[in-house]
Amino acid sequence: MKRTLSVLVQNQPGVLAHVAGMFAARSFNIDSLAVGRTEDPGLSRMTIVVLGDDAILEQVRKQLGKIVPVMKIFDYTGDNLVLRDLMLLKVSAPPEKRAEIQAMIEMFHGKVVDVDSRFVMVEIAGPEEKIEAFIDMCRPYGIKDVVRTGMIAMPRHHRSK
Amino acid sequence: MDNTRKRTRQSGPPETSRKGSEQMTGAQILCEQLLREGVDTVFGYPGGVVLPIFDALYDSPIRFILTRHEQGATHAADAYARATGKVGVVLVTSGPGATNTVTGLATANMDSTPMVVLTGQVKTNLIGNDAFQEADITGITRPITKHNYIVKDTALLARTIKEAFHIAKTGRPGPVLVDLPVDVSSGSAVMGDETEPMDLPGYHVRVNGHIRQIKRAAEAINRSERPVIYAGGGVILSNGSEALRALVDKANAPVTTTLLGLGCYDENAYRSLRMLGMHGTAYANFAVQECDLLVSVGARFDDRITGDVKRFAPHAKIIHIDIDPASISKCVKVDIPVVGDAKYILSEMLDYIEPRDRSDWFARIDALKSKYPLIYDNSGEEIKPQYVIEEVSRQTQGKAIVCTGVGQHQMWTAQFYKFSQPRHIMTSGGLGTMGFGLPAAIGAQIACPDATVVDIDGDSSFSMTLNEIPTAVEHGLPLKVCVLNNGYMGMVRQWQELFYRRRYSKSELGHPCFAKLAEAFGAVGLTAKTKAEVPGVIEQMLKEDRCCVVDFQIAREENVWPMVASGKGLHEMSGLPTDASEMV
Ligand SMILES: Cc1cc2nc3c(=O)[nH]c(=O)nc-3n(C[C@H](O)[C@H](O)[C@H](O)COP(=O)(O)OP(=O)(O)OC[C@H]3O[C@@H](n4cnc5c(N)ncnc54)[C@H](O)[C@@H]3O)c2cc1C
Ligand SMILES: Cc1ncc(C[n+]2csc(CCOP(=O)(O)OP(=O)(O)O)c2C)c(N)n1
Ligand SMILES: [Mg+2]
Repeated sequence: MKRTLSVLVQNQPGVLAHVAGMFAARSFNIDSLAVGRTEDPGLSRMTIVVLGDDAILEQVRKQLGKIVPVMKIFDYTGDNLVLRDLMLLKVSAPPEKRAEIQAMIEMFHGKVVDVDSRFVMVEIAGPEEKIEAFIDMCRPYGIKDVVRTGMIAMPRHHRSK
Repeated sequence: MDNTRKRTRQSGPPETSRKGSEQMTGAQILCEQLLREGVDTVFGYPGGVVLPIFDALYDSPIRFILTRHEQGATHAADAYARATGKVGVVLVTSGPGATNTVTGLATANMDSTPMVVLTGQVKTNLIGNDAFQEADITGITRPITKHNYIVKDTALLARTIKEAFHIAKTGRPGPVLVDLPVDVSSGSAVMGDETEPMDLPGYHVRVNGHIRQIKRAAEAINRSERPVIYAGGGVILSNGSEALRALVDKANAPVTTTLLGLGCYDENAYRSLRMLGMHGTAYANFAVQECDLLVSVGARFDDRITGDVKRFAPHAKIIHIDIDPASISKCVKVDIPVVGDAKYILSEMLDYIEPRDRSDWFARIDALKSKYPLIYDNSGEEIKPQYVIEEVSRQTQGKAIVCTGVGQHQMWTAQFYKFSQPRHIMTSGGLGTMGFGLPAAIGAQIACPDATVVDIDGDSSFSMTLNEIPTAVEHGLPLKVCVLNNGYMGMVRQWQELFYRRRYSKSELGHPCFAKLAEAFGAVGLTAKTKAEVPGVIEQMLKEDRCCVVDFQIAREENVWPMVASGKGLHEMSGLPTDASEMV
């Protein structure tokens, strides 16, 4: 089962290695991990999608809690979340297919961010299923490159925790 | 040279009063901060990038114990910490000096020993360049330390050291490594005073257990007909032995301890079941399998304890008292968790415990004790290792600080030395580090100069770190080293005998004459070849005021019994005196 954790950490050298290393050392499975600064320059937030059952997730949370620069851990299981994965995708777009591709991009609320004679680069954000569906749709045209940020998440209702 | 006698401090105010606006070098700040942390002894080994620190130490009242290998320094500091409860401190150079501490750090991390290891590092602007003697020691040791730091600014040094000590000794203790680039220790800064705050917003320790959980646990104990208390290293780490004894006596419950918990309850006492687990007593293991309530205090359900987890304590509700929430329900599902310090929780719980008659349960335990005592055949002329340990236990009245290597001799020590006090066994339980014994004995004797310190070692374990004999000799430490010499890696040989059709692949090894070797190092060397010599040679060993190594040439193929083979239930022990198995 996929579960989303949001981890607030002190912005210190080595903290990413520490968190990632702990997952590897204890053979927990990371599906995706996204890190970025927060509104506070001293803090970063990691959104980690973990594969595992309740017992595994409990150990993951406890082991994260033992890492000194880790300040807070939010388990978003069961929460009503806004989930976003951001993707850049370069797809082959010969002139005769370009209109068709353009229509598809619009259908997915994507954005063309770069074009040349042979390819278009698309920016698209959304929950995982949408991203995966878009990739599937592009496959027949020939995908040149895909880059994804990994999932980030925010609960819809403010939680005071 | 023993540098405690080396020099008295030159004129000027004592280090501890230094503060304010004076510029100090990083090395001086480090020495000063160590004094503020109450450090009196540092173990280690010098090298290029730590020369500024060694130069500052030359003027410091801190005692420095120079070992012959950095691994020895870490084990010595580890045992110093186990013996005193204080933080053990190590100082080594970069690169190979730092990597030589890895085994010691992992050993301390597994057994939750408070330690601070200071490593030198190349200049900050050379880091990452594959500079001479550079190693990414914070990267290497991240998974085997409680936390680690690299200090990049002299102004942050004092605070970092303060944090390192705080983290090492609070909560579930553990080793903390601080990497010190040479320009940081030779640079200068103004040192703040003791009140300078730490910056640890993510580090929380829960000492007080939740009162509701404490009451629930006490009620479960009061209701139980057949409780067993299972006490571990956490009781010793929390200095909770007195509190445990009070609780056990009031609750009138039998108590078993892990290898690392030995001595937290007097093994001579009526309620003691002694050690449980793979090589524990049969009566402790049966009692655990038959109990209706298992109260774990500062113990972590290691796989050497549980045997097949699915069949562990099948009739029992489980209470788990532990300061580390991650220990709870990690291996075994717990019914009543209580997170906090063992001593605090046990003392708090005492008020809610009701005395209860459990004569049926104790009658059952007495029956198990008389049916399955720890025994061995001592009828021949050969020296049996168990006999040597019993004799050492008798002649030291069970009061020695006992260190061990890893292997059969370690298990026999746990079985046949009668521990009655906490902080009296120094053994590598979690990592199982061969070579721990001798350097640990050095650290323990430095910590407790008046104690009798005995290293009960294996021939192969001893061979890994016997280069530390000169350290003991140099400091005039009257260590008693009993080498139980079977000419084998006995524990490996036992497994090969039992599970690999006696094919003793690479587990037999030849040795030099240990007695002569000891003499060459300036220690006393003795040899015992027959059973009759044993009491006399031990008496002589205990009388020596110098480091004394005794080579006991023991029965070569003796096995450790009982034994729970891997994958078996805790009650499925082999090597029991009678073949009858108990119903569980
Ligand atoms: C060859 C070999 C054979 C072995 N066979 C056996 C055997 O038969 N039986 C056996 O018992 N062991 C055996 N061991 C040792 C075993 O591997 C473990 O090291 C040992 O059982 C762990 O002991 P412990 O559970 O007391 O945990 P420790 O490693 O001592 O852990 C301490 C626990 O207490 C907690 N704690 C720390 N501080 C506090 C505090 N202040 N308050 C509350 N809790 C705290 C910690 O979080 C941790 O959970 C063997 C080892 C070797 C090398
Ligand atoms: C550093 C290290 N290497 C290997 C092992 C695996 N091992 C466990 S016990 C043992 C044999 C120990 O032999 P010895 O010290 O002679 O003790 P004995 O079992 O004979 O009493 C070995 C090789 C270990 N625990 N530690
Ligand atoms: Mg041996």
